Amino acid sequence: MSLAFLTRTRGRGRFDLTDWLTWAYLLLAVFLMFGPILWIALSSFKTEAALQEYPPTFLPLAPVTATVEGFDEPLQLFRIIAGEHQGKVLAQVRRIGLVGKMVDPANPGALIDVNINDRVPERAFALAVENYTSLFERFNFGLYFWNSLFITVVATIITVLFNSMAAFALSKYHFRGRTVVFVLIIATLMIPPTINLIPIYLVVSQLGLVNSPWGVIWPAVATPTGVFLLRQYMLTIPDDLLDAARMDHASEWKVYWRIVLPLSAPALAVLVIFSVMWRWNEFLWPLIVLNRSEEFTLQLALNSFQGELQTAWSNLLAMTILTLLPITLVFAVLQKYITTGIAQSGVK
Amino acid sequence: MAVVELDNVVKDYGATRAVHGVSLTIENGEFCVFVGPSGCGKSTLLRMIAGLEEITDGEMRLDGQRVNEQRASERGLAMVFQTYALYPHMTVRQNLAFGLENIKTPKDEIVRRVDAAARMLQIETYLERRPKQLSGGQRQRVAIGRAVVREPRVFLFDEPLSNLDAELRVAMRGEISALHRRLGNTMIYVTHDQVEAMTMADKIVVLRAGRIEQVGAPLELYNRPVNQFVAGFIGSPRMNFVEGTVDSIDDEGVDLRDRTGTAYRAAVDGGGVERGDAVVLGIRPDHLDVGGSVGHEVTVNAIEQLGGDSYLYCERPDGTRLTAHIAGQTAIRRGDVARAVFRPEYSHLFVKDTGVALPRLTIGEAV
Repeated sequence: MSLAFLTRTRGRGRFDLTDWLTWAYLLLAVFLMFGPILWIALSSFKTEAALQEYPPTFLPLAPVTATVEGFDEPLQLFRIIAGEHQGKVLAQVRRIGLVGKMVDPANPGALIDVNINDRVPERAFALAVENYTSLFERFNFGLYFWNSLFITVVATIITVLFNSMAAFALSKYHFRGRTVVFVLIIATLMIPPTINLIPIYLVVSQLGLVNSPWGVIWPAVATPTGVFLLRQYMLTIPDDLLDAARMDHASEWKVYWRIVLPLSAPALAVLVIFSVMWRWNEFLWPLIVLNRSEEFTLQLALNSFQGELQTAWSNLLAMTILTLLPITLVFAVLQKYITTGIAQSGVK
Repeated sequence: MAVVELDNVVKDYGATRAVHGVSLTIENGEFCVFVGPSGCGKSTLLRMIAGLEEITDGEMRLDGQRVNEQRASERGLAMVFQTYALYPHMTVRQNLAFGLENIKTPKDEIVRRVDAAARMLQIETYLERRPKQLSGGQRQRVAIGRAVVREPRVFLFDEPLSNLDAELRVAMRGEISALHRRLGNTMIYVTHDQVEAMTMADKIVVLRAGRIEQVGAPLELYNRPVNQFVAGFIGSPRMNFVEGTVDSIDDEGVDLRDRTGTAYRAAVDGGGVERGDAVVLGIRPDHLDVGGSVGHEVTVNAIEQLGGDSYLYCERPDGTRLTAHIAGQTAIRRGDVARAVFRPEYSHLFVKDTGVALPRLTIGEAV
């Protein structure tokens, strides 16, 4: 079915200009969006040496080595492209200046001198999985992952709960000052976050939440965007449903929990995706609040790879990929909710 | 078992008053219909009884107990909404069970009651479906079922049939009446359709602009409307009205003349009027005899022949429009000039300024 969808054409059975243009446009978009990610993903499997190489290779390639009789260490293989031994594959024993002392693996007896410009390293596709494993061995990836996960999950749950309660009140109760409250909440969108940074830090520090995940969670849970999004959605839920629930002996809490919340599922899914992305990718605020490396989130840990003098690119890239994975999964699971509306169907 | 009493009940929305001091008693087991044109406050009144709208002033009592302060969830009433208001994310069974779960009814009792209600309303086969998968009539039954399982003290219906097509509306009308006979609960039913009111009610409450115009049994309202509004609202097609002035008054009735000088007579008590007063004569289309050789001259503008009934849309020479209903078929054609007889014992008389009806002395239609 998906094949039929993909090969569908505008012209009858034949590709016409529109089809070509559409495909070209879509492929360009795919290249622009997935190119960098693909590049990072492939690079994350390259060794540190391969990453420093110029010109860079697309696939992760590693130098081929061979164990040659008479030598304890495996030797790197080179293909000779000029001179007397052209076409042969030789192993290098050592390099002295511009001359490589090399040996033929088939005939390990004699050392051969080769100009280093006359040879290219033999390489083969190889995944440097150690970039990933060392994250767990040398760096405390598990701890950072747990910190990020904890902050993301807890903050998202609280965000959804608080924002939906606020949205419920603002959309379904008529009280004096309702519009004012709503406008005030929306108005906070106009304040750049950097302006809030210091006041919020002072509050968080007074509450003793510095260097605690709660210091990241609490300031983030009340989002005007979330309240706005949910309120607009809840306005579309007919009041009759709420009245019907009230006639069915439901308390106000039950009206919210059993009727309004389930019917807001599509909007909640959107907010969950937003909240997960915000919290997972958040960098500046955790950087300020979390100073001890045990409390670092993944984003902070990534940052710490970038030293003043030296950057561990291979590990940085590997961790970047691991950091991208959860959020991709969340989006993949929840995206269908964005488009499926389940409310509005019971009435009429 | 429930008697609903409203004592001078008032509803204000800000500065506007939607319900003006309504006092009413609905007896136990009574089928009471609130009827009136849109915006007359009938739905507001029902929602106040339900507890969904606050009562601004006055008192509401259920079985003698003041319930003004009780929430909708505490009053033990059930309501069927115009939009059905079924919970879209629950199956029919869950929809029916929701109210019982909320009052912590034991599981097996819920199953028993839901099944009984489903059997009664013939919705057993789609208990596991969602409201979206049901037709309008089926949704209506589920909405009624949701009220029935609760075994409420009072059933409230807010224009429950207005979203159904004509045929289904007639069928559901019969079913709701049958339900009332079977359960014997007090029921309050809001509608703008006077046919629904006439066919279902034990007692009709006619409302206009937040005030009660008249309360009574259907035929009482039909035969003895207290004012021109009720007379015009009850009965279909609408009552015909002819404006005139009082000519003479005697013990058996009142004589009057219209603008053209044509004389009419109504068998009403003329105690409230004097010679020369402006009055309005009312006669229902059913009681206007058209087609004979005597009576007042009318021009027939249009005819609707339904086979079993015929409706004639006529006009007096002075422009007064009259509708006549004739049982069976008629030989009168459009454009014909016919004669219409206004019989005094079928005529109503209203004071023009106030609309108040004069008491009828003899009532032709009463058996």
